[in-house]
Amino acid sequence: MSDTIIGAVREPRRHDSGHKHVSGQAVYIDDLPEPVGLLHVYLGISTEAHARVTRIDLDPVRAAEGVALVLAAADIPGENDISPTHRHDEPVFATDLVEYAGQPIFAVAARTRDLARRAARLAIVEYEPLEPVLSVEAAKKTGKMVTEPLVLSRGDAAAALQQADRRLSGRMEIGGQDHFYLEGQIAMALPGEDDEVTVISSTQHPTEIQRMVAHVLGAPANAVTVEVRRMGGAFGGKETQGNLFAVVAAMVAKKTGRAAKARPDRDDDMIITGKRHDFLVDYDVGFDDDGRIDAVEMTFAARCGWSSDLSGPVTDRSLFHADNCYFYPNVRLTSEPLKTNTVSNTAFRGFGGPQGMLGGERLIEEIAFATGKDPLEIRKRNLYGGGDRSLTPYHQPVEDNIALEIIEQLEESSGYWRRREEIGAYNRESRVLKRGIALTPVKFGISFTATQYNQAGALVHVYTDGSIHLNHGGTEMGQGLYTKVAQVVAEEFQVDIDRVKITSTTTGKVPNTSATAASSGSDMNGMAAQAAARAIKERLIDFAAENWGVPREQILFLPGRVRVGNQEVAFSELTLKAYNARVQLSSTGFYKTPKIHWDRDTGRGRPFYYFAYGAACTEATVDVLSGEYRFDRVDILHDVGNSLNPALDMGQIEGGFVQGMGWLTMEELWWDEKGALRTHAPSTYKIPACGDRPRVFNVEILQNGQNREDTIYRSKAVGEPPLMLGISALHAISDAVASVADHRICPRLDPPATPERVLMTVERLRAASREGAS
Amino acid sequence: MTITVNMTVNGKDVSAEVEPRTLLVQLLRENLGLTGTHVGCDTSQCGACVVHVDGESVKSCTLLAAQCDGGQVTTIEGLADGDTLHPMQEAFREHHGLQCGFCTPGMVMSAIDLVNRNGAPSETEIREWLEGNICRCTGYHNIVKAIDAGAKSMGG
Repeated sequence: MSDTIIGAVREPRRHDSGHKHVSGQAVYIDDLPEPVGLLHVYLGISTEAHARVTRIDLDPVRAAEGVALVLAAADIPGENDISPTHRHDEPVFATDLVEYAGQPIFAVAARTRDLARRAARLAIVEYEPLEPVLSVEAAKKTGKMVTEPLVLSRGDAAAALQQADRRLSGRMEIGGQDHFYLEGQIAMALPGEDDEVTVISSTQHPTEIQRMVAHVLGAPANAVTVEVRRMGGAFGGKETQGNLFAVVAAMVAKKTGRAAKARPDRDDDMIITGKRHDFLVDYDVGFDDDGRIDAVEMTFAARCGWSSDLSGPVTDRSLFHADNCYFYPNVRLTSEPLKTNTVSNTAFRGFGGPQGMLGGERLIEEIAFATGKDPLEIRKRNLYGGGDRSLTPYHQPVEDNIALEIIEQLEESSGYWRRREEIGAYNRESRVLKRGIALTPVKFGISFTATQYNQAGALVHVYTDGSIHLNHGGTEMGQGLYTKVAQVVAEEFQVDIDRVKITSTTTGKVPNTSATAASSGSDMNGMAAQAAARAIKERLIDFAAENWGVPREQILFLPGRVRVGNQEVAFSELTLKAYNARVQLSSTGFYKTPKIHWDRDTGRGRPFYYFAYGAACTEATVDVLSGEYRFDRVDILHDVGNSLNPALDMGQIEGGFVQGMGWLTMEELWWDEKGALRTHAPSTYKIPACGDRPRVFNVEILQNGQNREDTIYRSKAVGEPPLMLGISALHAISDAVASVADHRICPRLDPPATPERVLMTVERLRAASREGAS
Repeated sequence: MTITVNMTVNGKDVSAEVEPRTLLVQLLRENLGLTGTHVGCDTSQCGACVVHVDGESVKSCTLLAAQCDGGQVTTIEGLADGDTLHPMQEAFREHHGLQCGFCTPGMVMSAIDLVNRNGAPSETEIREWLEGNICRCTGYHNIVKAIDAGAKSMGG
């Protein structure tokens, strides 16, 4: 008998579908065999950003070859609304008003996808244009918001700013980001009996899809089953943005009695669906001559787009992370979730947190230039500490702070100070190429800020042969959640992981689930699956104690077997015997995150169960003649608590960093003056390619990490936090750029730091430097 | 109007009646059910649809099926020898060169073509070769590692 099982927790286990991914056997929704008679659905969308619709003539669409059905607002059996926060501000199809270029007006279902796309072009829609509100700045003037703003405050920021030794203010623009999941949005609906429908949807949130489909069909939730085995990437872009495609496919399926599939092409996907919010941040900071912060006032104005979607919680989270790792003695933070005539921005890895953190890091940078000190010194000086320096702007004390430990380790391992010297010497000699370095930390709060979402369910069956069927509410988007949860169950029963069958997420098995989001997937579903496994284990122990007449404490689950007193029985033998004795071998499991509470009205509470930490040190070389740059070296030290699976966690850290780096450097969304998105394909919207990754990339997981809270095997969430390590890339470029003015002027380099923007910043600094000298 | 195209796909002779504008990727996915070749961007940039035609990697969403008439096509499904993965497939699996897996078939097909041309590619050569294959999940770190390892085992 083996002494260990294969696939225990902590094992750097490969992704459960890896062998299928590499051989083309992993099935995504578009790869499923199509039922006979399947209809392909395509959307007809608005060409105007803001207009009254004066005429919609869909007859030419209906008359087109192969068309089986055309659907517009009047054809919706239930409610014409898919607002995830139930504000009734997101119609499936526009009626008399369109509010962004790309807004769906109708859908057409045809025999082939090609015919559906061609037919969709034939609609006659006439508009009476209205003035569109496109930018954050324009929206600020209107003051129109999609949801209620939030204020977080502690102390008297206004008074403290007045009294501060030094004070400065500024404004920062932060760009948005397209998710660019490789598998685009897709849903396939299969009609059932009576009011029933099954929707296979590429979604992070099957329960939400179920709710929306029921809502739009005018059916109860129990008529709708939603299933997803895997997504080809999601990153938040499939938390609510799959709703539209799922409800449209479901309506076609119910109305025609035929299966229906909706898959936009890449350009339409980018034009129709929401993205990361872009922000305009106004800041005012007071500090002393040593660079210690006294007071902070910041306003985070976000371009939310035409509907609220998740913009409320996203902009809330930007405030929750505006402090990053730093203590603000007096603080007032305000969100402005502004309405614009652009796509409705949505969840994206970090969920507003990264934008908040960027604002906080800009303060540090400003103070460093104002005091003539190294930014790293300013960072360390302002970290949360013990005693009266531990309270966040939302009045939750930081109790698990390891930021300083991580920074100091990385400072040492990356050779920050030595390289700082070398870079200074290099820059004095080099005219065209300038190098820069930055070490930035991350503290990220873990939990959904809406307390009710912090619950999860699982379902575990043990069959008489000892094989195990695992289901839970979490979804697999590549992050390896299915593998981690299966490791938990294998560990609990002490069986090899190949005895645990990982099954598709479906609302029919585990109901009322939360989105796989907020980095909470393994924390919550791991705990729920553990609870289910333990319930069955308890019954097996009771049975064994009675059957063999031994005390419960003498029953031990060993690898592949169970010790019962002085004898050992195979796990499969025990399960068969238990079945014969009529022991229930199936259980649900449930988990709700403890300790958390949040009162939005007072801005006080404990929204986060714990914090995850990390830090990155990036070195960049900038060509100051062209504005182009490269990342020469990145060192990362990241905290994942006591890792459930270090291999998967490393993947999240590496991928998160590069995605964050892409957001802040090369990924630029561009809307024209009429509000049409002009960067709607990878030809114009550039995400990092292999050549863009750092030349040297040293990634380490913090050794001996522990979660001080009682999470699943004391691990920590890892989905979102590493994205914010990418902030160091922006600051490294900024540091290089600053050298053209001898580090006397804060570059105020706003992301995305495209080569054009870098070049403009270089020119601005040079001009200011000349002025200052003359 | 349809035309007849004949080609060898993964060692098997196939013949299909298709519209002249049918893309190779449509023929593979829709007519032959070889869905391991993915469509990511629809516009020949992401590389999820890379297959081999006459031994060279191509983006199958850019090529008409008719252009491959008489050709030898290999897809991700045609690499393994029974249950034994091709060394490059094994390297991607072994080195965690994947997360969501959607770009993986195209990555593997591109990587094999690289190694066929250059048995011992340097890290720089791997980076440059992969410009036409996008991955949104991994940050490419393990993909480069996998190709390096795959090249070594293909050579050995």
